[in-house]
Amino acid sequence: MANAKPLEVAFWLCTLLPFVLAPNYLSLASQIAITALFALSLDLILGYAGIVSLGHAAFFGVGAYTAGLIAKHYWTEPISALLISGLISGILGYASSHVIVRFRHLALIMLTMGFGLLLAEAANSAHALTGGADGLQGFRVPEVLGFKFDMFGRTAYAYSLAVLFVCFLICRRVIHSPFGLALRGIRENAIRMPAIGAPSLSHLRKAYTIAAVMAGLAGAALTQTTSTVSIDVLSFGRSADVLVILILGGAGRLYGGLIGAVIYMVARDQFSGVNPQYWYFWIGLLLVAVVMFLPNGILGGLSALHKKRQ
Amino acid sequence: MLSSLAGVLFDGFAYGMLLFLLSVGLSVTLGMMNFVNLAHCSFAMVGGYATVTLVNRFGWPFLAALPMAFLAGATISLFLERILFKRLYRASDLDQCLLTIGVVFISIAVFAWFYTTEQQSARPPEWLRAPVSVGGMNFAGYRLFLIVFGLVTTASLFWFLERTNFGAKIRAAVDNQRMARGLGIDVDRAFMLTFALGGGLAGLGGALAIEVVGLDPTFALAYLVYVLIVVAVGGLGSIGGSFAAAVVLGISDMAGKYYFPWLGAFLIYLVMVALLMWRPLGLFGKR
Repeated sequence: MANAKPLEVAFWLCTLLPFVLAPNYLSLASQIAITALFALSLDLILGYAGIVSLGHAAFFGVGAYTAGLIAKHYWTEPISALLISGLISGILGYASSHVIVRFRHLALIMLTMGFGLLLAEAANSAHALTGGADGLQGFRVPEVLGFKFDMFGRTAYAYSLAVLFVCFLICRRVIHSPFGLALRGIRENAIRMPAIGAPSLSHLRKAYTIAAVMAGLAGAALTQTTSTVSIDVLSFGRSADVLVILILGGAGRLYGGLIGAVIYMVARDQFSGVNPQYWYFWIGLLLVAVVMFLPNGILGGLSALHKKRQ
Repeated sequence: MLSSLAGVLFDGFAYGMLLFLLSVGLSVTLGMMNFVNLAHCSFAMVGGYATVTLVNRFGWPFLAALPMAFLAGATISLFLERILFKRLYRASDLDQCLLTIGVVFISIAVFAWFYTTEQQSARPPEWLRAPVSVGGMNFAGYRLFLIVFGLVTTASLFWFLERTNFGAKIRAAVDNQRMARGLGIDVDRAFMLTFALGGGLAGLGGALAIEVVGLDPTFALAYLVYVLIVVAVGGLGSIGGSFAAAVVLGISDMAGKYYFPWLGAFLIYLVMVALLMWRPLGLFGKR
C-alpha cells in the first residue's frame, strides 16, 4: 500500500483490535472477515463492473465444497487447498462468464439466480459427494503454518484476516489500474467503451473471473475455519445476504463491503438470538430505508455529509 | 403408463393455471413500467392469509372468501405502489430489486409473527373436492375447478385487454410508454390500476394455492422463482406468453416430480436457464 491514506491504515489497524478487546468474539470476527471478502468480490462485479448478480453464492459454495473435499479425502494443509479452491471456483466463473456478460437487466438477474439455484440443487442431489442436506462433515484442518486452530478462534481470525487483506490489496490494485477504470466506464456506458478501444465483453469476463476466485477463497476459508460445509453455502439466501451487505455498506467503494459486513454480522449476532424470522424484518426495513434514503449506502452517505461540511 | 401420463398432464395443467394467476400481473406491470417487482408473491401471500383468516376464524365459506382475497391483494399492492414503488420507476434495476426484496423480507417476518411459521390450510367445500370421473379416469375435483377458473380468468383478461377502451390504453402503454403519454393517455393512472389488478389476481392465486401447495410465510420467496420464470420465459407484457409459459412450467414441473423425483427442482432451473440463453427476451417477448 504505497499510497495508503491515513484513514485506511487506521481501518486495518482496527481490524487487529479484536485480538485484544474481544478475545471471546474471535470466531465471529473470523466470520466477519470471510463475509467481508465475499462482499468485496461481489463489489468488484456489481459496484465496479455493473453486473447485478443474485447467484454469487455459487462461487462461495464451490470454494467451500472444494476445500472441504480436499481436507476430507486428500490432505489437510490449508493454504494449498485454499488456492486450489479459488482456482476451481475461478474456472467455473470463467466458464459461466461467457454466458453472463452477454445479458443485462432482468435476463441477467434471472440467469445468475438460475445458475445459483442449479448448483444448489445439484449439491443437494449429489448426496454421495457433498453429503446432501446434511452437509459435509468429518474432517478437520488442524493447523496453518504451524499454528494450531484453537477453540477461541485466534488462529482462525488471523488466517481469515490475512486472506482478506491479501485479496483486498489485489482488489485495490485492480480498481486503480487502467483495467479498473475501463470497468467503471463499461458500467456507465457499455456501448461507448468499445468505441474508444476497450473491449467490453472480455473486460467483464476478466472481472467476473476474478470475483469468482475471491468468492471461492472466501468459501474455502469458511470451510477451513469451521471444519464443516453446510448446504446453506450455496443457498439463495446467502446470495441475497451478501447483496444486502454490499448495498448497506455502499457498492462501488472498496470499503463498502467491509463496513457492511461488520455492521450486518454484529447486528445479526446481537439480534438473531430471538428468531431468525424476525431478524429478516429488520433487514427488510433496512433495505427499504437504504434504497429510499441512502442510495449509495452508509459510506456514500458519509462521504456526501463530509463534502457538505467542507 | 398412459393413464399416469394423462394424470400428469391434468395435474400439471391445473398447476400451470395457478402459476398463471400468480404471475400474469407481474408480467403486465413489468412490461409497462419496467419495474422489477420481486414482492409480487407477497401480494399472493396476503390473499392467502386473508382467506385462511376468513375461513377458519370467521367461518366464511371458501368461495365467498375468494373475492376478499382478490380485494386484499389489490389493496395492499395499491397501497405499496402509492407510498413506495412509484418513487422508484426511474431508478436502476438493482434499486428496484433491493427495495422489493426488502418488502418480501418484511412480509415474511410479519406473517410469521401473526400466523407462526406453520403450514396453514383453508378447506374448500366437500363438493368441490370430490373426484370427478371422466371416461373411466378419476380427476381431482379441485384441480378441475382450478383449470376452469384459470381458463375463465384468462378469457376475461383477454376480453378486457383486447375489447375495452381501458385495455387498449394498457396495451399502448406496454408497447410504447412515451408515445402513449404523448397521445394523452394517463399512463400513471393506467399503471396504478393495472398494478392493483395484478396484485388482486396474485391474491386470488395465493388463496387458490393453499389447497394445492399449502401456505406458510416462506411462500413469498419460494414461489417468486416460479413466477419470475413464467414472466421471463413468457416475455414481458404478454398475457398469451405468460399463459403458455405457465402451462409448460406447470406440466414440466409435475412431470419432473413424477418421473424424475431425484432431480428435484433441478430440471425446472435447467429449462429456465436454457430458454433464457436461447431467447433472453422470453418466448413471446417483443422487446
